[in-house]
Amino acid sequence: MKISLTSVPIDRYDKALQFYTEVLGFVKKQDMELGHGVRWITVVSPEDPDGPELLLEPNADYPAMRALKESLVKDGIPITAFEVKDIEAEHKKLESLGVRFTMAPTQMGPTTQAIFDDTCGNLIQIYQPAA
Amino acid sequence: MDIDTLFKALADPTRRQILVELSTKGGQTLYELCVKLLMVRKIDMSRQAISKHLDALEESNLIVTTWNGREKLHYLNSDPLIKIQDWIMALSRTGRKKSS
Repeated sequence: MKISLTSVPIDRYDKALQFYTEVLGFVKKQDMELGHGVRWITVVSPEDPDGPELLLEPNADYPAMRALKESLVKDGIPITAFEVKDIEAEHKKLESLGVRFTMAPTQMGPTTQAIFDDTCGNLIQIYQPAA
Repeated sequence: MDIDTLFKALADPTRRQILVELSTKGGQTLYELCVKLLMVRKIDMSRQAISKHLDALEESNLIVTTWNGREKLHYLNSDPLIKIQDWIMALSRTGRKKSS
């Protein structure tokens, strides 16, 4: 058993795809039409194109998920986390692209983490592991 | 806010640490506060427990919250502390008079 797919709940495909590719720099890997306007869209990191895929899952209309997302955002809790090599550089780059950080890079034990708004109703954490 | 409620709120060491943390940086979310309390102040408590302390501090007006979009941010409110300070000052002045 291995983990090759994970997901973030998004509201709209076009907006999510734009943010996750053009702003975060991920690359679209799969884009399949499943019917009834439902698509199977995954992105991967260009640093690890054969690595885990991130599914952009449109379930903002599911009331329970919407409630969960609202609670997480209210308390500043990230829904998932991505690893970066240089968090200060990444923070600077993303801010210059207009990304809103809710927590600037903060040392947390051996790792440094920061949190930003993905514009799709989620907070995302980036972290730099100890060297 | 009556003085008893304020002293009661301040009697808890975790709540005092939360106030100190918010004095170093205002506008923190529950998540950020939990991280800071754990990493900076070695307070290892569940989010629910911290959340309850925040509620108690907000009820006694020692912290105030604002919304940044859909995020709830916490700030220290020093006004009640001044009230306590005045109370202590008045009492300590009275005490000095009696002892002299």
